[in-house]
Amino acid sequence: MKIPLTIKETQDGLIKKEFSAVQLVDAYLERIKKYNEEYNIFLTTSDEIAYSKAKKFNDLDQYTEEFFKENPLAGVVVGYKDIFLTKGIRTTAGSKVLESYIPPYSATSVSRIENAGAIPIGKLNCDAWAHGSSGENSDFGPTKNPWNKEYVPGGSSSGSGAALAANMSLITTGTDTCGSIRLPANYCFSVAIKPTYGAVSRYGVIAMASSLDTVGPIGRTVEDVETVFNVIKGEDGYDGTVVNSKFEIRNSKLRVGIPKEFFTEGIDPEVEKTITLGIEVLKKEGIEFKEVALPSTKYAIDVYYVIQPAEVSSNLGRFDGIRYGNGRDSFGDEAKRRIMLGTYVLSAGYYDAYYLKAMKVRSKIISEVDKVFDEVDALIAPVAPTPPFKLGDKVSDPLTMYLTDVYAATANLCGIPSLALPSGFSKQGLPLGFQLMGSRFSEPALFELGKLYHKAIDYVPKVAF
Amino acid sequence: MAKLSKADVTHVARLAKLDLTDTEINKFLPQLSQILEHVGELGKVDTTDLTPTSQTAGLTNVLREDEVKPSSIDQNGALSGTNKTHNGYFKVDAILTERSDK
Repeated sequence: MKIPLTIKETQDGLIKKEFSAVQLVDAYLERIKKYNEEYNIFLTTSDEIAYSKAKKFNDLDQYTEEFFKENPLAGVVVGYKDIFLTKGIRTTAGSKVLESYIPPYSATSVSRIENAGAIPIGKLNCDAWAHGSSGENSDFGPTKNPWNKEYVPGGSSSGSGAALAANMSLITTGTDTCGSIRLPANYCFSVAIKPTYGAVSRYGVIAMASSLDTVGPIGRTVEDVETVFNVIKGEDGYDGTVVNSKFEIRNSKLRVGIPKEFFTEGIDPEVEKTITLGIEVLKKEGIEFKEVALPSTKYAIDVYYVIQPAEVSSNLGRFDGIRYGNGRDSFGDEAKRRIMLGTYVLSAGYYDAYYLKAMKVRSKIISEVDKVFDEVDALIAPVAPTPPFKLGDKVSDPLTMYLTDVYAATANLCGIPSLALPSGFSKQGLPLGFQLMGSRFSEPALFELGKLYHKAIDYVPKVAF
Repeated sequence: MAKLSKADVTHVARLAKLDLTDTEINKFLPQLSQILEHVGELGKVDTTDLTPTSQTAGLTNVLREDEVKPSSIDQNGALSGTNKTHNGYFKVDAILTERSDK
């Protein structure tokens, strides 16, 4: 069977009885079996759970429009980044520390997605503890980009991007502490939302840097990502940072800012060109653009590489090999580097110079960004300076790898949402795209802009093979 | 900013309870130095009168009633991550040693 590429196609197919939920699971598992060894996208598949869930939804007569209103993700096959706890299914965080850990409960986002009718197909490879931009820091080997297997799929949610490009799942989940949802989406021709800090509960998601971590969906259309976002958002009583926002669109006529600091030297000409074209497209659709200044955002990645390791060193302190997992000697190089960096910037004599300083510069960046959002509703920017790079290119040089996320850090430091959109392909056939950042809880405005852009360019979802 | 020394790396590793080999220390030292030099750029930013940001939720002291909910994880669930248990407790290594002067 031909696997449908969107939630709408999937549910229309079920209503028209073109296929059953069990046949869908068959089709996805067949592809995973065929291609996973080559691309290393799934770490675990949950065949039994997927079939038992699919069988529940296998009575084709139940599929009415009304049914899908109550179960918006019915028949939707989902893969979770392996940092989301899934009750009874191994959860590794991409690390040997947790290579045989089976959680006793599920993350809120996992429960909500499944209560909405989704069928869980398995757990996706990622950089260990979500530390990385290429997927190469996974203790279970790197994931390859389905668009060209010599290239990285982007990290840290490497499997979450690659599973969509390889047509192994309809939607996936990811976490974004500094681009880890947006970069794999960008490098795998997918759509993703890094939500507002406080929009989606992180309960049951293994913590990396708690003042920056966000949880969000990746899919192939803005509509699909919006549907999943609406399922997972809101208070659960288990994450004290989450509030039930009204998510209102502030202005009927949307204005977008072009922050010149995000288009400086080092940006690949093809990445810059696709954004220039995107601006032209949106201008024709009546969106107003203006240049804005965010001078302190050039320090965002430095602020991030102080605050994040500091929080990492604290969060990874709980892995002592007593209550779960293996001991601390099982940490890989990148986790060790970040734990040491974080311990150093928090240690006596260096706290003020590094950690306190970074927290103050963070305030400066936030106040500049807040002020700009008085003038515009969104900001357009690259996700990363270049299209996907080759496996092995940055792996021995941590600093160069860190700078991949130079344009991602601002959204996390400010706690604002950002929508990553695919725009086309480079001359080499690698995915291109950009991000649209908005003010806190402005996700609906970003979705509107994304839909407008994709409609104007006649965007169609694509898979690599 | 101070330059990182081998002793710094050893000290930090000890604070973080990481046992590093000499090879690892020699590998991490230049990498960590390079990263610290990069983030040291922050020293140039004027941050007079700025208050530090520790989170962006804008909330303080989110409280709830202290009550047991039926969805709570039971004792078996809490212990399911290890096979080193004793009478329903986690088994841990001793943290104190017997005095040798008695």
